[in-house]
Amino acid sequence: MTTLKTAKEVIAERVAKEMSNGDLVNLGIGLPTMVPNYLPEGIDVILQSENGFVGLGPVKSEVSKDLVNAGGQPTGINHSGAFFDSLLSFALIRGGHVDVTVLGGLEVDRHGNLANWIIPGKMVPGMGGAMDLVTGAKKVIVAMEHCSKKGAAKILNECNLPLTGKGVVDLIVTELAVFRVTDDGFVLEELQDGANIEMVKEKTEATFTISSNLKIKQFS
Amino acid sequence: MSKLITMKEAAELFKDNMTVMSGGFMGVGAPEKLVTAILDSNVQDITLISSDTALEDTGVGPLIANNRVKKVIASHIGTNPMTGKKMIAGELDVELVPQGTLAERVHAGGAGLGGVLTPTGVGTVVEEGKETLEIDGAKYLIEKPLRADIAILKAYKADKAGNLVFHQSARNFNPVMALAADLVIVEVEELVEIGDLDPDTVVTPGVLVDKVLA
Repeated sequence: MTTLKTAKEVIAERVAKEMSNGDLVNLGIGLPTMVPNYLPEGIDVILQSENGFVGLGPVKSEVSKDLVNAGGQPTGINHSGAFFDSLLSFALIRGGHVDVTVLGGLEVDRHGNLANWIIPGKMVPGMGGAMDLVTGAKKVIVAMEHCSKKGAAKILNECNLPLTGKGVVDLIVTELAVFRVTDDGFVLEELQDGANIEMVKEKTEATFTISSNLKIKQFS
Repeated sequence: MSKLITMKEAAELFKDNMTVMSGGFMGVGAPEKLVTAILDSNVQDITLISSDTALEDTGVGPLIANNRVKKVIASHIGTNPMTGKKMIAGELDVELVPQGTLAERVHAGGAGLGGVLTPTGVGTVVEEGKETLEIDGAKYLIEKPLRADIAILKAYKADKAGNLVFHQSARNFNPVMALAADLVIVEVEELVEIGDLDPDTVVTPGVLVDKVLA
């Protein structure tokens, strides 16, 4: 019997398929951190933590007060890992040495604009490293639930919230669909299991074209 | 001349209206004893430069909670709700800076550079009020250097000459900040004798460090 996957699990599993063996990857807080659980056989990636190391992994035996991930949570480092300072860490990020970054999103629009760091008047946490990541990483994947908790569309023609980056998003993965951002706007590349085009249109404010190679995921 | 100072001597170095930069990321690698020294000194109206404002009770967080700061320059304030509350109440000025830009601005301040050209923040609110330059078809923001009157840092080990070694992710902003302040004070977990550190393993040379908390 197959247990029903949560939206987040469906998203993380699909994002994992975007990774190539040996990629240097930075994962945002929350859903993106689930991606390594679903890496296909034979695909190993190196995780970067913007507070100053590569080789992020599970906590081994003892928790160290000096070893946390970018969310401030205790973590571990692999045998092949390395520590460095914030200056080098962001040189890696901004300098195009990070192959893939996976972040959450509040809004994404058809120009590839991403908003995920501020809701004026409500939530002003700061951008942390997100603006550098979306600017410098070779591939920017937004991993998010298709609609907000209140059911509002997040995939828009134009972002309303202040941007994290302009024209930076390459791919959006939701529990319903996979969209690629092109110079001509969104292209629907894939339907997740149980989704159909009408459903995606209803929950997507943005206009999009449908790939001639549209993939429809079957129950796995 | 000895670089070693006591908590009391450290507290006397801080004055009202100073700009203080602090190492640390969410409190990890933050000089909490030196934060206490600032609290002991009763100084007010500090401009604080730090990666983030940690939690209410970790890292530089207590400086916010105890109303010692008039302005924060940081990349993230979300984990310390006091920072946001005081900002919304108009009691605290907050300048949010992308974390990589913050690191480069501090580096520029300490490396004698007139600023940094970065693509980070182009087309966002970070661009507002800033000059831009186009180089080979790409647009960059001109970001100005940052310096402080005092840098407060945390290292794993120091020798009495101020050479510093760090531990794991507690390194973060500490080395770059050692470049960018008129006075650099370090708190350490272990103080060793001159000669006990292998010069090959020293990350921050003691020539940048003025005082070590004994």
